[in-house]
Amino acid sequence: MASHGIEGDEAVAASSAKVTGFRPRIVAFCCHYCAYTAADLAGAARLEYSPSVEIVRVPCTGKADVIHILEAFAAGADGVFVAGCLDGDCHFINGNLRAKPRVALAKKLIAEAGLEPERLEMFQLSAAEGDRFRQIADEMTRRIEKLGPSPAAKGRAKRTDTGASK
Amino acid sequence: MIVAERKPYDEIRSLIGPYKKVLVFGCGGCVTVCATGGEKEAEVLAGQLRITDAKEGVAREYVLKTVERQCEREFLKEAQAEIEAADAVLSLACGAGVNLLSEAYPAKLSLPAMNTTFLGANDSPGAWVERCRGCGDCVLHLTGGICPVARCAKNILNGPCGGTHDGKCEVGEDVDCVWSLIVKRLQALGQMERYREIVAPKDWRPGGHGGPRKMVKEDLKV
Amino acid sequence: MKAGSNLEKILSAGHFAVTAELGPPKGTDVETIRKKAKFLAGVADAVNITDNQTAVVRMSSIAAARVAIDCGLEPVMQMVCRDRNRIAMQSDLFGASALGIRNCLFIAGDHQKAGNHPQAKNVYDVDSIQAIAMAKHMRDEKKVLGGDEIEGEFPLYIGAAWTPLGDPLEIRPLRLAKKVAAGADFIQTQAVYDVDAFAGQMKVAGDLGLLDKVKILAGVIPLKAVGMARYMQKNVPGVTVPEPLVERLKAAGKEKAAAEGIKIAVEIIQKLREIPGVAGVHIMAIEWEHKVKDVVSGAGLLPRPTAQ
Repeated sequence: MASHGIEGDEAVAASSAKVTGFRPRIVAFCCHYCAYTAADLAGAARLEYSPSVEIVRVPCTGKADVIHILEAFAAGADGVFVAGCLDGDCHFINGNLRAKPRVALAKKLIAEAGLEPERLEMFQLSAAEGDRFRQIADEMTRRIEKLGPSPAAKGRAKRTDTGASK
Repeated sequence: MIVAERKPYDEIRSLIGPYKKVLVFGCGGCVTVCATGGEKEAEVLAGQLRITDAKEGVAREYVLKTVERQCEREFLKEAQAEIEAADAVLSLACGAGVNLLSEAYPAKLSLPAMNTTFLGANDSPGAWVERCRGCGDCVLHLTGGICPVARCAKNILNGPCGGTHDGKCEVGEDVDCVWSLIVKRLQALGQMERYREIVAPKDWRPGGHGGPRKMVKEDLKV
Repeated sequence: MKAGSNLEKILSAGHFAVTAELGPPKGTDVETIRKKAKFLAGVADAVNITDNQTAVVRMSSIAAARVAIDCGLEPVMQMVCRDRNRIAMQSDLFGASALGIRNCLFIAGDHQKAGNHPQAKNVYDVDSIQAIAMAKHMRDEKKVLGGDEIEGEFPLYIGAAWTPLGDPLEIRPLRLAKKVAAGADFIQTQAVYDVDAFAGQMKVAGDLGLLDKVKILAGVIPLKAVGMARYMQKNVPGVTVPEPLVERLKAAGKEKAAAEGIKIAVEIIQKLREIPGVAGVHIMAIEWEHKVKDVVSGAGLLPRPTAQ
């Protein structure tokens, strides 16, 4: 195991997460037409992705509101991501374009409230990109493992390891 | 409409400091129009406050309520139960609303979540600009409908001053010299003879310098 | 005679007038005024005493003007509209008159954002044109703006500023017309480097019939260095510095740039004297007061005439 560089850091974080038993809880708002379909594809293709990600299907990322993101963190989520279509591909024309500045605003709001803004992210992908979905889920999980449990998640019970979706 | 902006988050935290049950009170009027203090924004603020409370281990309850507008006693009455049940009311209304709230419920602590700034108009999506100072003695007919009281940093009525630079005001590159705009407009309207007239010193009393103002409609008094 | 000041007499007699500028100290040190006054004695017909210039707090113009009188200078007091309402302005004008001050220049004043107290509430109760009309009313009708009679005499030679090359360009002569109509007796302009452009605006002013009604002194700011020229080009509204002048400063090299700047100022003055309607020059050599004499003598304007 390398002990320097970003890959090395993440590996260290992952192994120390195993040691401390920290399993992040990450809420993913995924749009039906692209991200959710990609996640479905990943599952059908038996691609293992992080079990930390709990998907909330929305018709379009334009539906995901700042308040939903805040409520997720207030309820104890360690991380949140919003996954939607690539620019120009949105089934509802520009819902994903509305989502982007909202996610940017929400990052500022959680930072004000005392959380690291990196706990929230927006990703864009197409329905055919099952492997990309796996990548996103794993990247967010590594990121959150490194950041540790959300400071607002005090007192909630640690989830036991139920294994990846197989 | 009246434009107000949410106070810095840390300032709001210090305002609600000791209180255990806070009514986060939105206003459906102007602050909804400029998306800073309406029902949605009240929810967002409460969401943030809950996150910070969880982080700091503070036990506090937030109640959410929004009324049509807080500058009307009739609408404040609709929130009477929530107001009376709270330790403190964190109002997202403009200053007028917070004032009336204090007058209607003098025993209850009303805290301002907003800094009320100006009378403005929506310039483009997401942007509001100051257009009126409430000077009480409108001169827009003299200036082609463009206000020098609201938009001239020096309230000049016989402008422009010598500080104009490429049509911009000396206070900032993003601020138009309103007198450059007025002159262009008067030229376009063929009203340059207005420009040649010397405008006399303003009576500032109607503008609030004579004391707090009041407007009464006799026909509406019960 | 409106006030009988030296400046008024010189201009009325048809001499080419010279005024200079003196910035009061950022405090109570009267010695600074005395030092600067020594450089300007006998070099100018009157010296402007700035009023919290660039919104930086300095000794008041009225107080510094009195000190200037004690040092043998004739002051042109300056009054900005930024810091005083009509009550304070009229009150200070009474005080100035009582202290022997006979000239006053009324200007809007730089916005306080530029100064050392940006948080201050600005006043701007009246604008510069309204202030000029107010001063004229006080002098000629012997009444304050509100209507009460003034006790005693109020002689004042009323000045206004003009930015002939400000934008929009075509409005500037019209604005000058308003200042003249309001009652300005003399005008001091923003610095002129592009003499031809200035001459163009003076012609328009002439066509408007203004040159018979007011005495215009063209502003001259001697350049010390290329950096200063660039600064003026970029940052001072209404001032255009033609490239050839900047080239001359560059060519002179760092050591000799200041001397070249003086030379340029002298040339500008000589050209300005050719323009119909230019009654004098206003030399603003702030923090370079000791060089004003070089400019004035270089332009052949020394010794200064004595007024009858």
